[in-house]
Amino acid sequence: MAKRNMVEAINRGLMEEMERDSSVMVLGEDVGKEGGVFRVTDGLQSKFGVERAVDTPLAESGIVGVALGLAVKGFKPVAELQFMGFLPPALDQIISHISRMRNRSRGRYTCPMVVRMPYGGGIHAPEHHSESIEAMLAHIPGIKVVIPSTPHDAKGLIVSAIRDPDPVLFLEPKRVYRAIKEEVPDGEYTVPIGEAKVVREGDGVTVICWGAMVREALHAAEAIQEEGVNAEVIDLRTVSPLDDETIVTSVKKTGRAVIVHEAVRTCGLGAEIIARINEKALLSLEAPVERVTGFDTVFPLYKLEHYYLPSPETIMRRIKKVMAF
Amino acid sequence: MIEKYDPLKGKMLRILGPDGRCDEKLKPDLADDAVQTLYQQMVLIRHADQRALSLQRQGRLGTYAPCQGQEAAQVGSAYALGQNDWVFPSFREMGVCYMKGVPLRDIYVYWMGDERGQRVPEDVHVFPISIPVGSHPLHAVGVAWAAKLQGDKICTVAYFGDGGTSEGDFHEAMNFAGVFQTPTIFFCQNNQYAISVPRKIQTAAKTLAQKAIAYGFGGIQVDGNDLFAVYAATAEAREKAISGEGPTLIEAVTYRFGPHTTADDPTKYRNDEELEEWKPLDPLLRLQKYLQGKKLWSEEWEAQIKEEAEKSIDQAVQEAESVSAPKPEEIFQYAFAEMTPNLKEQMDDFLAFLQEKGD
Repeated sequence: MAKRNMVEAINRGLMEEMERDSSVMVLGEDVGKEGGVFRVTDGLQSKFGVERAVDTPLAESGIVGVALGLAVKGFKPVAELQFMGFLPPALDQIISHISRMRNRSRGRYTCPMVVRMPYGGGIHAPEHHSESIEAMLAHIPGIKVVIPSTPHDAKGLIVSAIRDPDPVLFLEPKRVYRAIKEEVPDGEYTVPIGEAKVVREGDGVTVICWGAMVREALHAAEAIQEEGVNAEVIDLRTVSPLDDETIVTSVKKTGRAVIVHEAVRTCGLGAEIIARINEKALLSLEAPVERVTGFDTVFPLYKLEHYYLPSPETIMRRIKKVMAF
Repeated sequence: MIEKYDPLKGKMLRILGPDGRCDEKLKPDLADDAVQTLYQQMVLIRHADQRALSLQRQGRLGTYAPCQGQEAAQVGSAYALGQNDWVFPSFREMGVCYMKGVPLRDIYVYWMGDERGQRVPEDVHVFPISIPVGSHPLHAVGVAWAAKLQGDKICTVAYFGDGGTSEGDFHEAMNFAGVFQTPTIFFCQNNQYAISVPRKIQTAAKTLAQKAIAYGFGGIQVDGNDLFAVYAATAEAREKAISGEGPTLIEAVTYRFGPHTTADDPTKYRNDEELEEWKPLDPLLRLQKYLQGKKLWSEEWEAQIKEEAEKSIDQAVQEAESVSAPKPEEIFQYAFAEMTPNLKEQMDDFLAFLQEKGD
């Protein structure tokens, strides 16, 4: 077994799927010769050729719109958008077509495809390079939205995403890209889409998070343990469809919950998760559910980003609040 | 032809004049009975389109976008395609869909508010109607690119209007097609209006066809009410596409005789004089004159084909109206290959509600 970071793990997953299935191709800006600005597609063009690792014109809507056609005609395109901040031009294709093709044609045409993009803050990037708009995507019927938080899960989830019969948006927390290394086995394994994972067991409070926030939540959970609070941490891994069962089971056990996301607060996924907890576990609650989120503002440039992003300290503050209620 | 008729030099391909006279040197190789059949199909489409309008007025069909006046552009271009070529219609392409094998019944089923009308038969390569203007040429490029990579000798055709050429996705599609040399035909029916906005407000360019030049391939303007010109240009573009010579943009200059949709009042933005100017250019009238000149037309035959058209339309409408109502479950069934737990919950809850109220 080899220790790999998330970039290497996704690269490995893509490479193995391209070896296994000749219909899998990657396309996007700089994904070919350059291997992607973060090197996630490194080496794929030299291994599989220019027709399967394709440098495209710089046009996000074009990339995903053309990928739809490739998918309908039998390819499994994995399109890369360079940053989530440049997703908006492609949203029309995703909202108006990709998510609807199965429904519109009553199953006659489908577009199994993956759109990958680095997302989230914390790497001292310029404007438009730190956004976290997964809630906008989760609001679109007909697509799945997957967010790994570790190298191991990233490889297993990219493989599941490629094999999924429906379009999958695959969000990669770039702050985690090279931050951790762990055992990522070679060869085939998958992590199922739609299943959350309890990454730390506890019975005092449930902390629900995803992407780069998982590590922050785990740090908070360790720190607060010293104060006698035993926190359970759930890594959602898929934010659409949500795994209600794992969330509800945990909240019924702990009676308290804190949701952590770096996206803006209003209409963020935290709101939806709270609604579901209310629908399914209200009578188990010992305290109102709290949120630790970004603010309802534009993501700041990097001198202020550490204030904007949830941290172990801000997460602990909310945990203390729900414990004291 | 595509190279010869340079849109920048103001050239437009016309083979069949408004008086029904034909430039025999340019006339495509179509047998007399084929031309008669095409005329018959154009008549059918005019009647089927008219029927959709009247059904809408009677409350039996939803909002509808009529194609009267564009029959030559649609029938002529679709006739130039092979069975395995794919078409990507916008919302005004009844003629294209019918010609490519979508049953008339299904066309009505769709406009009567039922998605099942868009589930085309397995051997029919017609994409579902795309309503967001100018957004679907990208799909035609994607399918064409896939076909090229698969060694599948087919072409794809995106149908859109003059308004569509102002959308960004149209330009991205043209650009991708040029870069990857995909076997795609961009078929623009310039019917002079995008709802109320005239063609001159869409672009300062003299023609829409010339936009191809910037993307590195050929564009041609054709008289869109001339069946022969439309057919000839499309056939040549198809030949070019399947022999690996890349995409083509065809601008078919035509006129929408009817409203944008049944919800539109064209008297707000265009006058009767303009309509009168276009009436003599009617694609059916012109082909009729041609057939008359060739002794291939008679009043009896005209009456006969109209009656046949009405009969098959009656049957299609009857069948469409007897399709059983879609079940509420169908709202949920086509979001994903496998229904998610969340959707299942929503469906079960709603079905329970329907059961409670005895529906």
